Amino acid sequence: MTGTPFDLQLLNLCAALLLLLSFAMLAQRRIVTLVNLLAVQGSLLLVATLLLAWRTGERHLYLSAALTLALKVVLLPWMLHRLIRRLQVYWDTEPLLNISGTMLVGLVVVVFAFGLAQPIAALASTATRNAIGIAVAVILLSFVTMITRRKAMSQVVGFLSMENGLFFGAMSATYGMPMIVEFGVALDVLVAVLVLGIFFFQIREQFDSLDLHHLESLNEYQSRRSTPAQKET
Amino acid sequence: MKLMDLLTQALELIAALAAAPLFLGWVNQCRAWLQNRRAPSIWLPYRGIRKLFYKDAVIAEGASPLFRAAPYIVFGAMVLAAGIIPSMGTRLPFTIAADAIALVGLLATARVFQSLAAMDIGTAFGSLGARREMMVGFLAEPALLMVIFVASMISATTALPAIAENLATQQLALYPSLAFTAVAFMLVLLAENARIPIDNPATHLELTMIHEAMLLEYSARHLALMEWAAALKLFNYACIGFALFVPWGIATGADSPITLLASIPLLAAKLAVTGASLACIETMSAKLRVFRAPEFLASAFLFAVLGLLVHLLLGA
Repeated sequence: MTGTPFDLQLLNLCAALLLLLSFAMLAQRRIVTLVNLLAVQGSLLLVATLLLAWRTGERHLYLSAALTLALKVVLLPWMLHRLIRRLQVYWDTEPLLNISGTMLVGLVVVVFAFGLAQPIAALASTATRNAIGIAVAVILLSFVTMITRRKAMSQVVGFLSMENGLFFGAMSATYGMPMIVEFGVALDVLVAVLVLGIFFFQIREQFDSLDLHHLESLNEYQSRRSTPAQKET
Repeated sequence: MKLMDLLTQALELIAALAAAPLFLGWVNQCRAWLQNRRAPSIWLPYRGIRKLFYKDAVIAEGASPLFRAAPYIVFGAMVLAAGIIPSMGTRLPFTIAADAIALVGLLATARVFQSLAAMDIGTAFGSLGARREMMVGFLAEPALLMVIFVASMISATTALPAIAENLATQQLALYPSLAFTAVAFMLVLLAENARIPIDNPATHLELTMIHEAMLLEYSARHLALMEWAAALKLFNYACIGFALFVPWGIATGADSPITLLASIPLLAAKLAVTGASLACIETMSAKLRVFRAPEFLASAFLFAVLGLLVHLLLGA
């Protein structure tokens, strides 16, 4: 470790903090804080991209850093905050597992992800190849976030955090995707959030709640459906 | 130079014994300032201990010899732990006998005897406190071990002085893993020393107390030893933290009276800063319900394991 240059150490620190943030998102019960954490994750990604751009001298990384800043640090969190205000949802009260259990599952997932990333890292030739494992872990942890939440809002945040993980993985494996792909993904994410925002309103209109549990059964069987028991968290 | 080593060892032990109540007094003073109270004297813990030593001991009916022996065992374990932890110099003759894992075991021994003694009398408060202490202990101990494992993996040894020496002398590097474990260690320190998110050290006769509930039946010299041991425990934990995370300034040379002397004011400065920040944390956070304590300690464990995983992956 003492031999590694300082900027690479900073990059490693960014990677470690990204992993930590994923766990913070997993543990978080308030949606507002969840969105703020997403913004922080975006800023960390920005810092990592800038560091990598400065280190490798790749021009297009600066561009993707600018894209990250505009989209993931400013625009998306702002849109989500606006949605929260308009939908009046501040709490996600029913994670399917309790927090400690989710954390333990998260730890297992991280170990699995590190194992999964080992052969990929062996193939990559970048200086940041060690961070691929962390990127895979971030992606899988976002999956866990999406799986353990019931409310549509937190699932969208999980989805966006997964995209962040993918971006970080691409960055550490190959110093970023081609620009056209990056633009495409950015546009996709933006449109997805816009469309999902409209969906939220529709879902709420239909069911008076953003709980996705209501989407699991067909309308004809609605009378048979038992209401979910209110678990104390 | 054997004599110098022995001198270092003796100095550390005396310093720990003498400075532990002072450190506690400093934390209490900072806390009072932050809460807009008039601060008690920084010497108050010494006066309390002296007063208790002058009193006659009262022992409950039906107390077994274990109850009398426990204060000495707990105090002895804490003194021994202070002998193992490098606070000023790393050349300690005692540490050949015990490494960091044995240190955790030593702390566990003290906890077990304290809890047994609390249950011995059979009062409701005593066994309640003992049970809660064991609950906190069994959750905090793995986290502490994980913290120590990360540091020992970096230095490839479990001997605490060697870890401190290695980290103090190597080139400055960013260790995300150590940063994570430092957070984990902070949480463990708060939980193990009956500090505010888990327990309130200032409370008596309240249903939420943990540490104080175990001491209710003790009086006079037994109580004095228990309180001194609690102060020593806090001091020890602070010194473990310094050895693992801010070891700079510790005397590492074989025979260096000057660096040893220079490390004394540095240790005092570190303790002053730690005490102030401890008071800050305690003032800013609210006490958790007892049932939330597992969650608090689970996050400590999580931080430590994350540190371990990050170290394995990034080598940092």
